[in-house]
Parts: sequence; C-alpha cells; structure tokens
Amino acid sequence: MKGGQVSLDRRPVLRGIDLTIEPGEVVSVLGANGSGKSTLIRALLGLTPLTGGTTLLYGRPPARFRDWRRIGYVPQRLSVGGGVPTTIREVVASGRIARQRRFRPTSAADREATERALAAVGMTGRAGDPVQALSGGQQQRVLIARALAGEPDTYVMDEPTAGVDADSQQLLADTLSALVSQGRTVLLVAHELGPLEPLITRAVVLRDGCVCHDGPPPRAVGAHALPGHDHVHPHAEENPVSTLDWRPTP
Amino acid sequence: MIELLSLGLMRRALIAALLVGLAAPAIGTFIVQRRLALLGDGIGHVALTGVALGFLTGTAPVLTAVAVSVLGAVTIELVRARGRTSGDVALALLFYGGIAGGALLISLAPGGSNTTLMSYLFGSISSVTSQDVWAIGLLAAAVLGVVAVFGRELYVLCQDEEVARASGLPVRFLSLLIAVTAALTVVIAMRVVGLLLVSALMVVPVATSQQFTRGFRATMLLSMVFGVLATVGGLTSSFYVEVPPGAIIVVVALAGFVLALGLGRFVRRSRSQESTP
Repeated sequence: MKGGQVSLDRRPVLRGIDLTIEPGEVVSVLGANGSGKSTLIRALLGLTPLTGGTTLLYGRPPARFRDWRRIGYVPQRLSVGGGVPTTIREVVASGRIARQRRFRPTSAADREATERALAAVGMTGRAGDPVQALSGGQQQRVLIARALAGEPDTYVMDEPTAGVDADSQQLLADTLSALVSQGRTVLLVAHELGPLEPLITRAVVLRDGCVCHDGPPPRAVGAHALPGHDHVHPHAEENPVSTLDWRPTP
Repeated sequence: MIELLSLGLMRRALIAALLVGLAAPAIGTFIVQRRLALLGDGIGHVALTGVALGFLTGTAPVLTAVAVSVLGAVTIELVRARGRTSGDVALALLFYGGIAGGALLISLAPGGSNTTLMSYLFGSISSVTSQDVWAIGLLAAAVLGVVAVFGRELYVLCQDEEVARASGLPVRFLSLLIAVTAALTVVIAMRVVGLLLVSALMVVPVATSQQFTRGFRATMLLSMVFGVLATVGGLTSSFYVEVPPGAIIVVVALAGFVLALGLGRFVRRSRSQESTP
C-alpha cells in the first residue's frame, strides 16, 4: 500500500499509510481501539475502498486481482445472518470456493483439504454440529479452519485472538507456527498477542490512522522473556514500562 | 386422487403447485439467510404493476410481470447495496409504489377493474392454462438451475459478503442473481398462491425445516419437501372443501410450522441428551 487513505462517513480513519508485506513475514498490526487496524487490513485487500493512495495485491490492484486463492481472509466474527443453520463442515468446506470451478462438483481434493483443516483446529468430532451452537472461541477456530481449507499463501486475520479462551489461543499459535514453518505469510490484527508473541517477525503499530512504529516487534526484556514468567506487577506504575506493556491511548 | 388427476384442469394445477413448492423454498433459504425475508413481498407488490401493465398494453400479464418484477428486484438490490436508505424503508417504498401503480394502471386499461387484479393478488390456480404450466415449468427449471450451479457461491455470499469478496467471487453479480431469481419465483408462484402470499412459500417452509436441521443443505432440501407438501396438500384439500387454494396452501404451511415448533424442541432435546450422556 502506498499513501493509503480511507475515510468512513467523511471521518478520516487512515491518513496516508505506506506498508509492504514481504512473503514469509509474520506481521502483527497493533493499536488502540479505533486506530484503524481492521480498516487497514480491509483496505489492503480492497474490501474497503481507498479515498487516496493505492493498494496492490501481489502487484495488481484488487479490482484486477484474479488469484484470490492465494489469500485467506479470516473475519473478526462469524456472521450468523438470518440464522439458517449450517454445519461446521459446510462452513469449512466453503473455504475451498476460490479453488472451485462453477460447473465442477466438489472434488476429492476439496474434501481432503476440508478434513485436514477440521483436524488442524480439533473440530473433526464436531463437524456435523451447527456453528450457531459454538462459543466465540470455537467459532473463531471454524473461521480459521475455513481459511486453512483454501490452502492460501497469505493469511489475513482480523483479531483472531479477541474474546478467545486460552486453549483456543494456544491452538491458534500452534497452527500459525506450523504455517510459518511452511513459509506462509501472515498478517494479523491483534489487541493482545498472548501466545502468538514469539511468532511475530514484524510489528506495525497504528495511532490515529498513522503508522507510529514499523519494525521488529517490541521484545520483552529480562525476566519477561523467560518462559513461565507470570506477569505480576505489584507496582505497575513504578516498573519501567516495556514496549510490550502497550496500552490503548486514552 | 385418481378422479382428481383425470381432470385436465386439476392435473395442470397440481403440476404448477409441485413446481412452485420446489422452487420457492430453494431460493427462499438463501433469502432468509441474507435477512431479506420480505424481499419476496416487495417484489410481489411491484409485480402487480407489471400485471396491470400487461392488461393495459394487451400483452400477456405473465411477461410484463416478469419484466417489471425483475426491474423492481434489481432496484431493491441496488438500493440495499448502496446503503443510502435502510433496507426496510427501501422495501416499503416499493410496496406502496407497486400497489398504487397496479391499481392506477388497471383502471386505465380497457374493461379493467380492481376485480381483475384480485385473481393475481390471491391466486387463481384453477384458471391455469397449459401454456401457463409450460411457462411455470421453464421458470422453475431456471430457478432450480441457478441454485444448483451457483449454490456454493451463493452460500458463501449469504454467510459473509466480505469473505465472498476476499475469495474473488463476483459479489455484485451474485447479489443481483439472487434478486432476479427471487423475482422469477414470485411470478411463478403468482398464479398459485397470489402475489400477496408469494413470500410465505419462500419463508415459511424454511422456518419449518430449520426446526429439525443442523446444516444449510439439509435445511434447503427439507424445506423443499415441506414446500411441496404445503402446495400439493393445500391444493388437494381445496378440491374437496370449497376454499380458495392460495389461502389454504399458506394455512397448511403455517400449520406445519407450528407443529414443527413443538416437534423440533422435542427432537433437539433428545439430541442434546445423546451428545452429552
């Protein structure tokens, strides 16, 4: 993206963002509520129109981009819509859509990929259950499985950790580290990184619609870096505030 | 039943009812998932203007109804996608415009009066000609064909429009396709249950089958079964009892829903006992 600007209801949300994601990177977009994180990744994909600047997907503008199978988008929430029941397997299988042709029936490869994706998020046993019956964290897993089923090169995830229980967060971290070891690119929006933290190779911090930090993720120092360290801050104000202890700006 | 089928008129009516019972819930499942349950009503009102236009110009009302309702459906979709007016206000505007336009145009037509419109508003399956049956058959095949060919894409679209876009699906084309298919369904069902009750056949069987199913595909298939049961069952009973077929079809569908509501709770309870022993 070059000089990307977005306004929603005439209110500027992104004010000139330059951002290039290289293949193999694991980029996390951080920032306070309302700093434009979700808008940024949606604008990158062309889901939200730019009011200024340009965005390119693998070198082409979104309107002329044809290789959508290379991108797996994980939205923030599963939209339950009008409430027609749908099974976990149906949702996950729909992740294959960018690889399917209109007049071809579902292939064996489609079915295999769906089963692999279900297994990766530990949902094989519940594949026939309606998604409406799942908790927020479980629905998040289903959404990730849908992206996995499409076998894309790049994963774009909007708040995959928000409102997700610790088990699901750990599972997400394990899934992501497997993807990263396969050389996949990941761009995710996060409020808190939690168990994802060691995977991130680059952090982009947004404030008021501008990039205020772009580079290696803020590393924890000293005891913070040790595994098993539990974050107990008896006197939080007196402690030197590490960049990891980032808090929303009021 | 044999004596029923021996009547040419009744045979044609039954074929029409069967086709409508299959097609309306099939597209209806997608419409309900998209939260557009009243779309069918909106298109139905607009179609009335089309019917009146047919009388005014001396063309077949079915043809003008197809043209005008497709136009209306496309308008609804464009207004919805722009998001300028909220969806329900846009629909309301079309409701009023459609009825007023229909009443106005029919009064201008030679020999036309509001009673002419009555058979379209409430259906007149007993006056279905073999030509009508062919038209209904073709349109129903088109609707079911769209669902069969584009079903996978429409499913993704109805689940989440942004994901559909990020999967490279032609979102605008698919949205218009749903609207146009709904318009065709309205015209097919117009002769069977009437324009005022068209939407019931798109929505009620889906609501009924939701009580029993867990999956989208299962919901759609079961709703088609319920749709056929309602149309064919309603029509058959109207042969024995002197009641308007359109009304009895919808009453049968609604009775099925109420029954399913009770049964569905029972089914779900025994299921949850199964999964958590």
